[in-house]
Amino acid sequence: MMDGTTFVRNPMLSVRDLTITIGASGKRIVDTLSFDLASGDMMALVGESGSGKTMAARAILGLLPQPLMATPESRILFKDNDLTRIEPRAMRKIRGAEIGMVFQEPMVSLNPAVTIGEQMAEGLRLHHKLDKAEIRDRSLAMLERIRIKEPAKCLAAYPHEFSGGMRQRIMLASVMLLKPRLLIADEPTTALDTLVQRDVLDLMVELTQANGTAVLLISHDLGMVSHYIPNVVVMSDGKAVESGASSEVLREPKHDYTRRLLDALPRRSAGGMRGGDCGKPVVEVRNVVIDYPGRNRFFSRTEAKRAVHGVDLTVRSGETLALVGASGSGKTTLGRAIVGLVKPTSGQIAFLGAEGHAPADHRGRHHEMQIVFQDPYSSLDPRQRIADIIAEPLKLDKSMNAAERERRVEQVFAEVGLSPDFRRRFPHQLSGGQRQRVAIARAIVGRPAFVVADEPVSALDMTVQKQILLLIRELQARHNFACLFVSHDLGAVEQVADRIAVMQDGRIVEIGDRDDVIDRPQHPYTRQLLEAAMLIDRRFAETGQLPQAMAR
Amino acid sequence: MTRFILTRIASAIPTLILVSIAVFGLLRFIPGDPAALMLGDLAKPGQVEAMRVQMGLDKPVVAQYLIWIGNVLTGDFGTSISTGQDVLPLMLNAFSVSATIVLVGVFIAALIAVPAGMLAAWRQNSLGDVGVIAVSTILLSIPSFWLGLMLLLAFGLHLGWLPVIGYVPFSQGFWPALVYIVLPVTTLVLSEAGPIARMARASTIEVARLEYITHARAKGLSEAAVMWRHAFKNAFAPTLTLIGFVLGSLLGGIAVIETVFTLPGLGRLLVDAIYARDYPVVQGTMLFVAAIYVVVNLVVDLLYPFLDPRVAA
Repeated sequence: MMDGTTFVRNPMLSVRDLTITIGASGKRIVDTLSFDLASGDMMALVGESGSGKTMAARAILGLLPQPLMATPESRILFKDNDLTRIEPRAMRKIRGAEIGMVFQEPMVSLNPAVTIGEQMAEGLRLHHKLDKAEIRDRSLAMLERIRIKEPAKCLAAYPHEFSGGMRQRIMLASVMLLKPRLLIADEPTTALDTLVQRDVLDLMVELTQANGTAVLLISHDLGMVSHYIPNVVVMSDGKAVESGASSEVLREPKHDYTRRLLDALPRRSAGGMRGGDCGKPVVEVRNVVIDYPGRNRFFSRTEAKRAVHGVDLTVRSGETLALVGASGSGKTTLGRAIVGLVKPTSGQIAFLGAEGHAPADHRGRHHEMQIVFQDPYSSLDPRQRIADIIAEPLKLDKSMNAAERERRVEQVFAEVGLSPDFRRRFPHQLSGGQRQRVAIARAIVGRPAFVVADEPVSALDMTVQKQILLLIRELQARHNFACLFVSHDLGAVEQVADRIAVMQDGRIVEIGDRDDVIDRPQHPYTRQLLEAAMLIDRRFAETGQLPQAMAR
Repeated sequence: MTRFILTRIASAIPTLILVSIAVFGLLRFIPGDPAALMLGDLAKPGQVEAMRVQMGLDKPVVAQYLIWIGNVLTGDFGTSISTGQDVLPLMLNAFSVSATIVLVGVFIAALIAVPAGMLAAWRQNSLGDVGVIAVSTILLSIPSFWLGLMLLLAFGLHLGWLPVIGYVPFSQGFWPALVYIVLPVTTLVLSEAGPIARMARASTIEVARLEYITHARAKGLSEAAVMWRHAFKNAFAPTLTLIGFVLGSLLGGIAVIETVFTLPGLGRLLVDAIYARDYPVVQGTMLFVAAIYVVVNLVVDLLYPFLDPRVAA
């Protein structure tokens, strides 16, 4: 089954027949997984959510959550120790000191109640028995090294005072401070913006290379892996289906599953653009400014913050305008202002020709504008059944009776590719992709003229992303609504957008047809975003070996 | 941080003003004339009128309120109608009794229940966990007066180890005072440990699932260190709120326990005053109880940033 390329001589870490089950005899989460990792090497475990890659990584450190367990046949050899059979005390000596781990969610993987300094010091104190001054010196040196401004202040600060990217850098620094032989990084950049992703990955490579630390990266992002990691093991349903050098596996996949993963990678839609002026203007935004007001309370004052600085844009029926930018660029705020969830400070938002300052001016037309949110886990009411969730917007239309509503819901179920069996189910019984289909169905059921899709795919697996993006395009072709697609992910944008507007610090710095913006970017920020996007095509195009399967 | 504290303190003031109006209004809108009630059925109309003037009841309600609140602010809560004593020392004496028992009781309850709840959560679904849940559920469902009576029967009457009636303040010697509060405190510990243990368990389970706990383990920390350094602060915050609630409501008077053990506490003072229609005492005690509530919650709010620094941000 394995083609041997990942077995190396004198490996530092050697995983053999790792099998993880739920309880002693339950379902297999990981199924006879084997691979080797030499010291100083980098390897990626790749797969979609549910493929078992995270649990395989956790098993190495003996951190499987109850009731998961590794079967007795499993072997994890690390420097002459079998980590599946080691004493807890000896395991704790390895954790942190020999094998470090970085987690996905920088928002929850640092303890909110403990200072950064203390969280950095903890490992040093435990494994190296240093005194206070030395711990402080080493921590400060490390923070300087990862280019944190005012490192001394940072030591006394709490995690909530930093952005996600900063926290991930701090996390990396605190783990690398102990100079482990192996770093396990579990989706370390998935929650971050493209630009910040590059930054964190570069830092990870820099710190591990300097120290000769091997890296085991867990990721679903083949584009990122192709750019950073030389060896890859592809996992599906707990099994390793393919493994070898990234350049070979990702260019000439042998297994169907790998091929499917690669097909799902962002690529320009085959249909091509539909041109800049395909329909009548649905939304016209003129010189819109949005401030977040400062608060004035007894003793505290927060300054007002300008999120959007005088933006103009038009979205026409049947077209998708993508609004691209890093987090904090104001793109989401602008999207929400257009559908009336945020009140603009000044400027005009015209909807279907009707002028107005504020969304309240379009009262009664709200059902003609809809929004799809980023997180399908929190955007659906967990206590409503799927059919009721989708039917709800129709209740605004008094001319519709119950039978008509039911017919429409049925029709929309088919349009978004949901099985009618789901009608009576609740959101928690659906997968992420299915939930996002429900959210889309809810948005289009009232035949809106305008839909805002706010990062609709960034919480989803690559293959599911692709399906959802195709669905949005298909629905748009059928119903001819105008769509504002808000995203930080140029890969996704390239697939759905007709036009692209690039936003930076509340201003649109570049706007144009998709191919113009992507192929001939004018603004330096656009270029920066494009360079940061880790598209697999570009990776192999650089080396001059454009793979057949991925040729445009 | 200073700003956070000042804001919190300032925001307690409107609450107290509203409470004082409510307490005052409540008594004014109860049917029946206090002057007539005081003088009894045999009083002549003229006497009642004179009494009303003497008590200031002939003035408009707003003026009455302002006079009362003005006096309260200078520390004058009036005098008890039934005993003629000043209300303030009456309340403070009673409060010192209640506070001794409640503070000692809740402190011990928390000392037992918080670690028990956390350990139970750490070994969720183990035998120990089931045991903690079972015991706390049983304690939760026993009424405290019954528990108090049973303790009295067992340790006071049958075994004769402890006195059944009375109270000796700590100012008159540590041991005698201790002997008198053992039973009421035990009753309180047993009846309050249940909810605290359950809350500590629930919030620890929630925290134990978070990634920073796994991260702490991945650093090589021992389970005890993970629990104490990383889980405790985060898991204790909701429990602290509960303890604040419990303290606030108990300090305002543990009328039932005080009645069972015949303790001269704040709860009994209020109940007796209500029976005797002793309005100055009722009014003063209710305001005092409300103030305790506000102060306890203020203290909890001020402690919160030490557990969760995001609150003060």
